[in-house]
Amino acid sequence: MQVIRSPRVYDVCIVGSGAGGGTVAKVLTEAGANVVMLEGGPMWDSAKDSAMFAWNYESPTRGYGGDKKPFGAFDGCIGGWEIEGEPYTVGRGAWRWFRGRMLGGRTHHWGRISLRFGPDDFRRKSLDGLGDDWPITYDDMKPYYDKLDSFVGIFGENHAARTGLHNEPDGIFLPPPRPRAHELLIKRACDQLRIPIVASRLSILTRAHNGRAACHYCGQCGRGCATHSNFSSVSVMLPPALKTGQLTIVPNAMAREVTTGDDGLATGVAYVDTQKLTDHHVRARVVVVAASCGESARLLLNSKSPRHPNGLANSSGVVGKYLTDSTGLSVGGHVPALAGLPRYNADGTGGAHLYLPWWGDNKALGFPRGYHVELGGGYGMPGYGFLSGIHNFPGSRGGGYGAELKDEYRRYYGSFVNFAGRGEQVARADNYVEIDPNVVDKYGIPVLRFHHTWSDHERLQAKHMQETFRSIIEAMGGTPTSPMPTAAEDYGLAVGGLIIHEAGAVRMGHDATTSALNRYCQAHDAKNLFVADGAPFVSQADKNLTWTIMALAWRTAEYIADERRKGNL
Amino acid sequence: MAKLTRRTMLQAVGATAAAAFTWTAEEATAAATQAQQARAQAAATGKPYARKFFTAHEYATVTVLSNLIIPKDARSGSASDAGVPEFIDFIVSDQPARQTAARGGLRWLDAECTARFDRRFTDCTDVQRRQVLDDIAWPRRARPELSQGVAFFTAMRDLVATGFWSSRVGVADIGYQGNRPVAEWTGAPADVLSRLGVAYES
Repeated sequence: MQVIRSPRVYDVCIVGSGAGGGTVAKVLTEAGANVVMLEGGPMWDSAKDSAMFAWNYESPTRGYGGDKKPFGAFDGCIGGWEIEGEPYTVGRGAWRWFRGRMLGGRTHHWGRISLRFGPDDFRRKSLDGLGDDWPITYDDMKPYYDKLDSFVGIFGENHAARTGLHNEPDGIFLPPPRPRAHELLIKRACDQLRIPIVASRLSILTRAHNGRAACHYCGQCGRGCATHSNFSSVSVMLPPALKTGQLTIVPNAMAREVTTGDDGLATGVAYVDTQKLTDHHVRARVVVVAASCGESARLLLNSKSPRHPNGLANSSGVVGKYLTDSTGLSVGGHVPALAGLPRYNADGTGGAHLYLPWWGDNKALGFPRGYHVELGGGYGMPGYGFLSGIHNFPGSRGGGYGAELKDEYRRYYGSFVNFAGRGEQVARADNYVEIDPNVVDKYGIPVLRFHHTWSDHERLQAKHMQETFRSIIEAMGGTPTSPMPTAAEDYGLAVGGLIIHEAGAVRMGHDATTSALNRYCQAHDAKNLFVADGAPFVSQADKNLTWTIMALAWRTAEYIADERRKGNL
Repeated sequence: MAKLTRRTMLQAVGATAAAAFTWTAEEATAAATQAQQARAQAAATGKPYARKFFTAHEYATVTVLSNLIIPKDARSGSASDAGVPEFIDFIVSDQPARQTAARGGLRWLDAECTARFDRRFTDCTDVQRRQVLDDIAWPRRARPELSQGVAFFTAMRDLVATGFWSSRVGVADIGYQGNRPVAEWTGAPADVLSRLGVAYES
């Protein structure tokens, strides 16, 4: 096979252009490094490629996206659960793997929920004996969370001051938007039940910020924002990196292997041009793998050499292990008080304006880790599946047709609320990825095999979610739309991977025999190799992980810049 | 779908460059008007719909059935006024898993009408059609021997509802007021809050 070799040696090669890769590119190009970025998917421009303001009736499927666009026809993320020619396999248990294949990766997809991990979240083993502590603390991370808040711009409020919960650090916030009407009703019920409810923290601009326009409240963040008013790597991280003139982006470049020299250090990255099906090699003094948790583990495990026979950064054998996802389940409810109200434009920002941080005392609850709650409801744009199953709705006539049915739809519109729990899974070595010995993708790259199960830690947490959400719906005078799942149904817990928060397969630690990366996300086995996505995480938290991916990536990038200045890299 | 280009967007918001801008009420209104007009124009210049899946008779049956499920009333037009038969034909052609159930369900309906009235559903009188629908439109009280008809009708009701309420006609009827730029988010109006008995913190 002929390999097209680039004669140029870059200072840094970044694999991946999402939350982690985008952040590293910004920090390192501004520090003067020549950076080449490999992205497995095509280029994408928020300003040109977004479907903002489209109506569902402009799509023949009325917004349904099928397998190619599982989050809707107008969703901004190219990729999905199944990608043609790029399989993965599952051994023990179950797993679903959502991959973004485009410039900016899954930052086009996420809900912009921008939460700092709290002090406890970096030292869970010290607190309850389960999992491991991180090799860093909240104090190590705080300056980078601050930089991120200031640079990107997020709205929110001080949750700790509002609730007294000590594990909810303050941040630097733009003003939060007022809640929607149904959110105020949820708040009243939560206040009655003494469940804390506070302003959401979302990376959406409620004021013009750092050259980007304020939000115009169309609620369509998931489609990609043509005015760059929310966060995506493409809208926020890559423009300043490109402005330095130091960033070269290579789209449609699927990384095959991180190459190493006789000294064991990384020399560059071999990749496939997915359009021409040609093989290439790009050289760099430093390699930063930021391809997403699963893809980064896969790339390292596939990078075998005499010096690294188990794969790169894997002398400990830990690469692939301690895979986690957030736990997740949803409960919906019909609330008669919300039926038949005067209509108003309830779009607001993308996502909920209010948020429930974890409030429980795990020592008293019988499960070790908490969860947060995301809210849904209001008057969404009617689309595919609109009020489907009306014959089963609480209080419905049970079916029928004609003028009365037509009126019934009008009455039910906007009368539903939804509660989605997102919780922490305890990391375990026996939840892991490995290279499938028998399967390759269409580029000939060996694929991942996943092994993932839940334990009672997660099942009992799920039961608590179910009971809590049902009690909130009932306190609102409403009725849940689904029966309580049983223990045999894992209390409705979603299959691993479905929440798209995978983390932990290339974890950090002080001990090179039990971790792959040191406290700067630098490989113990190769000092010029770094990982900058969810893979270095030692544990999840009861908070979404993107903000920590980016703060950690920022910290890693500054460390790389420092080490380069000192001549160590 | 018409692409909303960067240029269109900047024109729409009254900005002259990619510099930072904030929204004024006038800009927001102008942007809304322009964006929606551009899209309405794009929709109007589209080609008329060409049937993809159903036969002419099946399509006629779907049309009659859709208009029985969502008829014209004082507030808005019927299912076929909103383009529902076109939508159903498209979605069934687009989702192979639906095809046998859709085609077979329509045959079930004709067979049932033929058994009762010796004619197909489209040839029945309105009273005859309703007699059949009354037996399959209420899942909890339907006779067990009609369960296949119930399953078909339930799927049709959901499809008709999706097609109607997501259409331009349906969106206007249901009162969805979003999908437009808003200069400043002020929350829910006072009459909604007072009906719910809630209020904003001062």
